Amino acid sequence: MTALMQPSPSACPACAAAPAAASLAARATAASSEQIALSLPTIHCSACISKIERALGAHPGVRSARVNLTLKRASIEAAPGVTAEQICALVEGLGFEAHELDAGTLNATATDRAGRDLLMRLAVAGFASMNVMLLSVSVWSGAEAATRDMFHWISAAITLPAIAFSGVPFFRSAWAALRKRRLNMDVPIVLAIVLAIMTSLWETMLSGEHAYFDAALTLTFFLLAGRYLDHRTRAIARSAAEELTALEVPRATRLREGAEEQVNLAELRLGDMILVRPGGRMPVDGEIVAGTSEIDRSLLTGETLPVFAGLGQAVSAGEVNLTGPLTIRATAVGADTSLHRMADLVAIAESGRSRYTSLADHAAKLYAPGVHILAGLSFLGWYLYSWDIRTALNIAAAVLIITCPCALGLAVPAVTTAASGRLFRRGMLIKHERLAQVDTVVFDKTGTLTTGSPQLSNLGTLPRPSLELALALAQGSSHPLAQAIMHAARAEGSVAAAVSNVTEVPGYGTKAMVGGQEVRLGRASWTGAQRLPETATFLKVGTEPPVALTFTDALRPGATEAVQALMAQGKRVILISGDSAPAVEALAQRLHIPHWLAEALPADKAARIAALREEGAHVLMVGDGLNDTAALSAADVSISPASALDAARVASDIVLLGNDLAPIAAACDTAKSAIRRIHENFRIATLYNLIAVPLAVAGLCSPLIAALAMSLSSMTVTLNALRLR
Amino acid sequence: MNILAYLIPISLILGGVGLVAFIYTVRSNQYDDPEGDARRILSNDWDDHPKP
Repeated sequence: MTALMQPSPSACPACAAAPAAASLAARATAASSEQIALSLPTIHCSACISKIERALGAHPGVRSARVNLTLKRASIEAAPGVTAEQICALVEGLGFEAHELDAGTLNATATDRAGRDLLMRLAVAGFASMNVMLLSVSVWSGAEAATRDMFHWISAAITLPAIAFSGVPFFRSAWAALRKRRLNMDVPIVLAIVLAIMTSLWETMLSGEHAYFDAALTLTFFLLAGRYLDHRTRAIARSAAEELTALEVPRATRLREGAEEQVNLAELRLGDMILVRPGGRMPVDGEIVAGTSEIDRSLLTGETLPVFAGLGQAVSAGEVNLTGPLTIRATAVGADTSLHRMADLVAIAESGRSRYTSLADHAAKLYAPGVHILAGLSFLGWYLYSWDIRTALNIAAAVLIITCPCALGLAVPAVTTAASGRLFRRGMLIKHERLAQVDTVVFDKTGTLTTGSPQLSNLGTLPRPSLELALALAQGSSHPLAQAIMHAARAEGSVAAAVSNVTEVPGYGTKAMVGGQEVRLGRASWTGAQRLPETATFLKVGTEPPVALTFTDALRPGATEAVQALMAQGKRVILISGDSAPAVEALAQRLHIPHWLAEALPADKAARIAALREEGAHVLMVGDGLNDTAALSAADVSISPASALDAARVASDIVLLGNDLAPIAAACDTAKSAIRRIHENFRIATLYNLIAVPLAVAGLCSPLIAALAMSLSSMTVTLNALRLR
Repeated sequence: MNILAYLIPISLILGGVGLVAFIYTVRSNQYDDPEGDARRILSNDWDDHPKP
């Protein structure tokens, strides 16, 4: 019966009532069906759409399927029991890349209510202002007496309901500001609109000559356009960021009485046994109860070296299991995990940042009181001069309309829309505008400047037989170091030596037999070797001394270029990492970074950035790990790559969509030119005001001049913003 | 000038029709996939009979 209680989506209750009975049955089945969302990054044409839709429609369990080419997504309604994996496999079988998206995360964005609301108000304001403008044109061109009055009354009849509907966002925001005894940009806007309408109504009743209905409406229209642009920029960034989040479907394998089941993370309870396969990420904090393996903690601590994991050891959510399957008992779930405790650090850091005021707010702070004083003074002056409240009020309304921040309201959103559109094409998602002032750039090491995947570094000095043996042992393992050996050796043209009985010992390494001797490839302690400062694995043949294979972290593409370009722009570049000192120093030397700091704890990183900001530096933080989240939110601006953990991406202002770091330097340039455009736009708007305001104060400003000044300044500002492309 | 009595209502009604049409398109999700819709018109999947 719950289906009946749901509010009808239709606007008209009578329309909804008739088909309700028919749709009841359909709704009941819809409730029990499965919603599956797929990301299809490679689709690009109409053939792709029909191919995928036809294949999905042919699947017996699929009720309906719709491909969205703009978002590169497919939404599928399927019978219960159909899993996303099956659908993924089906689509991949057609030759398209497909990833499952978490439908729960996406549903929140599916209907962009706020955007639609603004668009609707914009449309109404546009319709009304066009009509009123036509009537006004005939008044300006000489309509007189009864005709003029009739035109004014019709204008009023259109304007009043239109403003009441489309001005709501401004009324709401101005009221919120006034209630807190503060002024924002919307207070003078609302005052201008209300005063213009009131004086115009009064004038119309007295069959006067000047009515500002058209000005009040165009003002609303232009300001709503600015508001909508601003909203769209944010919405695009938000929805793309949310898609990244939705790509990581939060699921875990729970063991219950020996049987495995896939459950959502939210359903895990304390004490649950969870199986984590090699390559999987720990879903919760826990304790290992079975299995041995190695775990990669780089996202949490920045360490590149995998850590041995055995019985009884504690693991934290976010760590990656490398070699053997592990069973863990959950000791903390959901909000209690170490992953979420990082959020406290983030909250503390955030409170420091909120002191920043955006350019527009800064302008508003100077602007709003000035406008009110100017309008108040001209009212008072004219009242004392003529003792005619009607004239004085008319002139005050004209001043308010002329000075109203129509162009200012458009100046910032138009430029930010243009700038973020440009950066989006280069693979960056922007949430804020602070990038232009940055003079210090702090990089994290693991996963940011480096890819986090190792590269064999002493390939040249290794004896050939050792390399061939190492290749033979490594090719059966999915451990990142083994993969690195395999890639390096294959690329060099080595052939694997003949070995038998290859077995992987999870947590230690791989062993095999060759010519009656045991060969081991693995950890220092297991092969009897001395530990080395850098990342290394060891090959031991029989009783011979072990041979070391050392690794360096592979640089992320564009890392060198980004660092060089930033330094060429005269910015200070600093490397802060949680990794060991030798590894950090080596990378700093490789990239010629003069300042570096190693073995930094998450709180150290944030403290260091706070110290830099105390010194007056504007800090850009680039990082990806959980250990960076606090630092990311402490910095003025922060960037994280798309490969970063969800928490880091949320904490940062800009997300790099590609693998390449090079756009960072270019982004700083774009931000600078964007800020220059914003300042230019402010100047243009001020120039218009300087010309028109004296006219208004002197009482020479007719509604025609007001309309001209307003439209011209808005157009110039928008065109100037578009020049950024 | 009596012509105004017809012309003004006519212009308002025509403008209103445009406004209502726009609101209808927004409400029925016609701007959700502009790129896909532009391409779908080229496919001949449902040319003979409408999609069930």
